[in-house]
Amino acid sequence: MDGGFKPKWDELIQPGRVHGSLYYDQGIFKEEVEKIWFRTWVYIGHESEVPQKNDFVTKSIGPMPVLMVRDMKGEIQLLLNRCPHRGNAVCVQERGNRARFTCPYHSWTFANTGELINYAFPEGYKGTDKSQLGLGKVTRIANYRGFIFGSMAAEGPTIEEHLAGAKRCIDQLCDNSPTGEIEITAGFLKHRTRANWKFILENECDGYHPAFVHSSIFSVSDSAIGDLYGDNAVAVTRDLGNGHTEVDPRPEFRRRDKPMSWFGTTPERLPDYVAQMNEAYGEDRARQIMIDGTPHTMIFPNLFIAEIQIFVIEPVSANESIQHSTAIQFKGAPDINRRLRQQTMGSVGPAGFLLADDTEMYERNQRGLEIREPEYLFLKRGEHRERRDEDGYRIGHSTDDLPSRAIWEHYREVMEDK
Amino acid sequence: MSTEAAEIEGPDILKEWVGKPRVYEKAFNPELYHEVQQFIFREARLQDIHDYDAWEALWTDDALYWVPANGTDTDPERQMSLVYDNRSRIALRVRQLKTGRRHSQTPPSQLARVISNFEFLKSEGEDIKVMCNAQIFETNMRGDTMWASRNEYSLRRIGGELRMAYKKVVLINNNKAIYTLSFLV
Repeated sequence: MDGGFKPKWDELIQPGRVHGSLYYDQGIFKEEVEKIWFRTWVYIGHESEVPQKNDFVTKSIGPMPVLMVRDMKGEIQLLLNRCPHRGNAVCVQERGNRARFTCPYHSWTFANTGELINYAFPEGYKGTDKSQLGLGKVTRIANYRGFIFGSMAAEGPTIEEHLAGAKRCIDQLCDNSPTGEIEITAGFLKHRTRANWKFILENECDGYHPAFVHSSIFSVSDSAIGDLYGDNAVAVTRDLGNGHTEVDPRPEFRRRDKPMSWFGTTPERLPDYVAQMNEAYGEDRARQIMIDGTPHTMIFPNLFIAEIQIFVIEPVSANESIQHSTAIQFKGAPDINRRLRQQTMGSVGPAGFLLADDTEMYERNQRGLEIREPEYLFLKRGEHRERRDEDGYRIGHSTDDLPSRAIWEHYREVMEDK
Repeated sequence: MSTEAAEIEGPDILKEWVGKPRVYEKAFNPELYHEVQQFIFREARLQDIHDYDAWEALWTDDALYWVPANGTDTDPERQMSLVYDNRSRIALRVRQLKTGRRHSQTPPSQLARVISNFEFLKSEGEDIKVMCNAQIFETNMRGDTMWASRNEYSLRRIGGELRMAYKKVVLINNNKAIYTLSFLV
């Protein structure tokens, strides 16, 4: 296979336009698995999903399943669910609590730190070095404020270097919790989509579509989302570096100057939460946090922080993906948490008022690419009005294609091994 | 996962179901059986033909429409559900469908569902509790999809007519990744 498949990335990805085959070619998908999913930092899960020692939950890194485990010492491990003997799964439960995993085929037993403890009828393995027969692991693991990332590459940038400008967004999210911590405890909705993962990736900070794709729900509810994505919006799109992008609505919320307006509510309706915030940060800082609200940030390649929920994108094949979505919970803030869940359940997942229609668009896009003319997708909206903010980040109008351009520039660098 | 009813902060009607065993009714009342079956067949037909207003009119004012994810007896006040609608959110769902711009239902899914395996449960109050299975064939622009579910109802007689106070749809594959489900299930 080596040497056979060599896409011309400079032809496929050009300024403001990308070739359709990037979304349907199985060869390109395989290249992505090697160069993106099995090399760069990928979001795995949140530490609150395995709160107790010996808890585990099945996650993935690209199309490969990964067991996220809190081992018997309390450390997070990312184990590969493949018995080193013949390849069987050592665990078929999606989640649970156990200190050991036993392969059902020949009863090899592993500690939840990955080491091989025992195999059946050990006489047959006389002289074998057990320490070489542990479970595979995700090579590097990093924890940024509870968000667990994994990388299959032994060397590369640190998680802080990788997150670049997106670090501020995770901080901004955690600051909205009176304890400074968020939790992922409500379980995930899993939405199967017959479309390439990059249509999902690009849509997350596409501020051009809401007025049209979501007009049905905007027209029958009092959602204020529509105001952020109009022609006169002051919200901006931003290139945060390394393929991370955001829609930053803070200019709009600061103009309104009303705490909790970002969440469509008022401090009076969440008295416990507001009191906790004032206590934790002091009234001035708390007021600013509650005006700015939570971020809308797509962390390349698979973690979307969507104000009150997270999405994790799992690529299955060139034309199939799974979106995992759940409500963000602020640790120790029950009155706002119920609203966060209720609003999330209305919006996302296979039956959600918003996501069912986004997903319909992804699937239509995917089918559309079977039509081979024109060959390229057009991503030049707002190219002429890109500018730099005071920190040097590239920004654009909230409805511009700037996020897609930033994603594709990073993608090309990664795929070209630069 | 089982949950104590006392811990549930949600709607009252939920407390009649969650955390309690399902006790099947052994006595057979042919008239009631027929009436309930006809009611649920009618609901199925209204869903299949997208008669949204007529379907919405079947609900009581305190209605709860619940499609859990990741299991059968989850706690909808703690865990994500596919649908967890009170009466006003049912109305919102219907209003969105009626705009004609609910893209995932434009054009609408073509549907036929088969309802079977009716079993009555013992009920402490006036509500009639019934369970049944459903299989739904859906075809839309993506292709053909088969859905299967175990359904639970609380039905109430109001002005001589049956209405739905509670409908829970437990999709058999609700722990897996499923395609868009934007028709009325």
